[in-house]
Amino acid sequence: MNLEIIGISVLWTFLFGYIMIGSIDFGASFFNAYSLIVEKQHILTKIIQRYLSPVWEVTNVFLVFFFVGIIGFFPKTAFYYGTTLLVPISIGVILLAVRGSYYAFETYGARGHKGYALLYGLSGLLLPASLSIVLTISEGGFITMENGAPVLDYWTLFTEPLTWAVVLLSVTAVLYISATFLTWYANQAGDTEATRLMRKYALLWAFPLIITAAGIIVELRGHNPDHYEKLMNLWWMFALSFILFLLTVWFLWKKRNYGSAFILLVIQFALAFFGYGISHYPYLLYPHLTLYDSFTNHAMAISLIVAFILGFCLLVPSLYLLLKLFLFNKQYVSGK
Amino acid sequence: MINEESVFYSRVLTETTLTFHIIYATLGVGVPLMIMIAQWVGIKKNDEHYILLARRWTRGFVITVAVGVVTGTAIGLQLSLLWPNFMELAGHIIALPLFMETFAFFFEAIFLGIYLYTWDRFENQKKHLLLLVPVAIGASFSAVFITIVNSFMNSPQGFDLVDGKLTNVNPLLAMFNPAMPTKVTHVVVTAYMTAAFVLASIAAFRMLTGSKHVYHKKALFFTMKLGLIFSIATAVIGDFSGKFLAEYQPEKLAAAEWHFETHGEAPLIMWGMLDENKDIKYAIQIPFALSILAHWLPSAVVTGLDQFPEDEIPPLYIHYLFDTMVTIGMGLVVLSLIYWIGVKRGWAFIHSKFFLVLSVLSGPLSMLAIEAGWWLAEVGRQPWILRGIMRTSEAATTNNQVDLMLMLFCGLYIILGIGTIVVMSRMFKRNPVEQELKDREMEKGGVQK
Repeated sequence: MNLEIIGISVLWTFLFGYIMIGSIDFGASFFNAYSLIVEKQHILTKIIQRYLSPVWEVTNVFLVFFFVGIIGFFPKTAFYYGTTLLVPISIGVILLAVRGSYYAFETYGARGHKGYALLYGLSGLLLPASLSIVLTISEGGFITMENGAPVLDYWTLFTEPLTWAVVLLSVTAVLYISATFLTWYANQAGDTEATRLMRKYALLWAFPLIITAAGIIVELRGHNPDHYEKLMNLWWMFALSFILFLLTVWFLWKKRNYGSAFILLVIQFALAFFGYGISHYPYLLYPHLTLYDSFTNHAMAISLIVAFILGFCLLVPSLYLLLKLFLFNKQYVSGK
Repeated sequence: MINEESVFYSRVLTETTLTFHIIYATLGVGVPLMIMIAQWVGIKKNDEHYILLARRWTRGFVITVAVGVVTGTAIGLQLSLLWPNFMELAGHIIALPLFMETFAFFFEAIFLGIYLYTWDRFENQKKHLLLLVPVAIGASFSAVFITIVNSFMNSPQGFDLVDGKLTNVNPLLAMFNPAMPTKVTHVVVTAYMTAAFVLASIAAFRMLTGSKHVYHKKALFFTMKLGLIFSIATAVIGDFSGKFLAEYQPEKLAAAEWHFETHGEAPLIMWGMLDENKDIKYAIQIPFALSILAHWLPSAVVTGLDQFPEDEIPPLYIHYLFDTMVTIGMGLVVLSLIYWIGVKRGWAFIHSKFFLVLSVLSGPLSMLAIEAGWWLAEVGRQPWILRGIMRTSEAATTNNQVDLMLMLFCGLYIILGIGTIVVMSRMFKRNPVEQELKDREMEKGGVQK
């Protein structure tokens, strides 16, 4: 195993972490907004806020960790992605600002502005959509070189079906992950009404999720046959992922083992996410950039890995404490 | 290929983001320490007022942190979005402290979450206070690591450039560059100082608007005392910063001081104006002071701008930024010193309206000094983004949409700024300290005084 692989594995793992806990956060805000519209907020708001408020800043750091880390390990990505992603990422930052300021102004300050909650819920869908564009761009075909500088071709990007397939997948995944998690969380809290509602949402979004996921594979075949072929070589990972998906749905359907259902879901997404990541190897950006020609120097790579290990030793116990207090503490979860 | 327009707008957008972010970042670094000291004093003296001080500051602090997270994420991403060529180079040499900063912030965010939601979950207040220690450490170390990156931009080392290729990269040597000690201590201590004066402003403001409660008097004395300590420390470190500049970045010191010709026995020039012949008018001149600031000795020779090519000299208006920073810094030392002596000696003067107004101004003024200091640091490094290695114009993006993003972000910052003010003032007006003290006594059944 070489340093490049270690670097990208660490980053990919943290990105996966962001996608999981971020999805819970994004989806929850959407369900919160939706329940405001259909006047069911008394069921959900409390559950959602008890979980989200202490954790959201931590969620955000996962994202920061990823983008700082990728510049550290693969500095050339700054040139290609930094130059071209100015607009999409800036929009992402604005959406993040909507979310951050909602916590700042509504949760911590005086709460209760309905329009703000709706905007916040909307950002929960738009943010994954805007960030997922980066994955589409990485498939190649959207960045051209003009006078030695990379330029993003928006027209091709937005007329490409793959783009929209990825956007749809990101949105359905967010809603499905979040609903499944909140089913378990509400059940932990002993809130039967909220559990019933979230279970309904989870089952509702399960089918669209699998359809959009299959859609991406089809679109990829046309857009990037090379990647498609490598993806197919890893068919067993996706097959396993699909089986776990069925198990999760079955548990939800049978109204039992919500905790296991969520753990299976995490493994399901991990398999698919890493299957996708491995098949993307060695490209960071088709066809311009690979892991190897963008990698940092040896000394920096070693020191980043050492810093990572030390930092990780500090993080794990702290995260454990946080989860213990807010996620696994029955008294807190149920609001006592 | 350089896209002049993109360079210009990238500079403006970065300046805007930094100018806005530094307000929240400074409070984010300084306030946790103030909360920690207040809560500790409260526990030690068994004084409910200090505990409540910590509690109320925390409530405000959370809002600034949340906004700071947003603006911090913005500047973090903008570094790569607006300065991709710089980040590509810097990533090779100085990525380590950037990476470590995310850990420091991770650590801070986790414990802040725990601290906030556990005010009444601990029987023993001391245990709750312990949770604040990682918050304060994480916050200060975020500042340390980020400032290390900035100091590297001022005095890059730890690598060799041979025919445009990087070799011999040593990340630790890059981190511990000559600018690092003075810059890091200066940033951290001024953050403490500013936080103290901002909190002093709030207490003074409440006293000025008619509250006679002893809570505010304690708060003012407490924060002024801390402000005094940290502003003296700032002055001492500021002196060392001058010596660093004279040695490693003489063009910045010379431009800030309008020191055109290299000579000894150099006076320190405060304020004043330049006429068309670059003659200095109406300035306050302190004899020998620049030589002492630069090299300890009144006779020491200070390098002037004549030693540098025309296109490597920073803009001369940084002189005013320097003066603003120094004047405010010194003024606040005097103000807090007078207050402290006044309290010890029982001077009536310090309770006068006039003095209270000055105290209210101390917070905004120290924030202004922070802004002036960062502008001085950044503009004073021009035309370089990485001194002597890479020019700012070479570092910027070639993307044509920076102007649009500038407008977008200006709108965002205006909304966030107004939002912060509105929400905070509403929060504290709805729940004045007198009311909260009464409520807390009721809760405890009037056991404690």
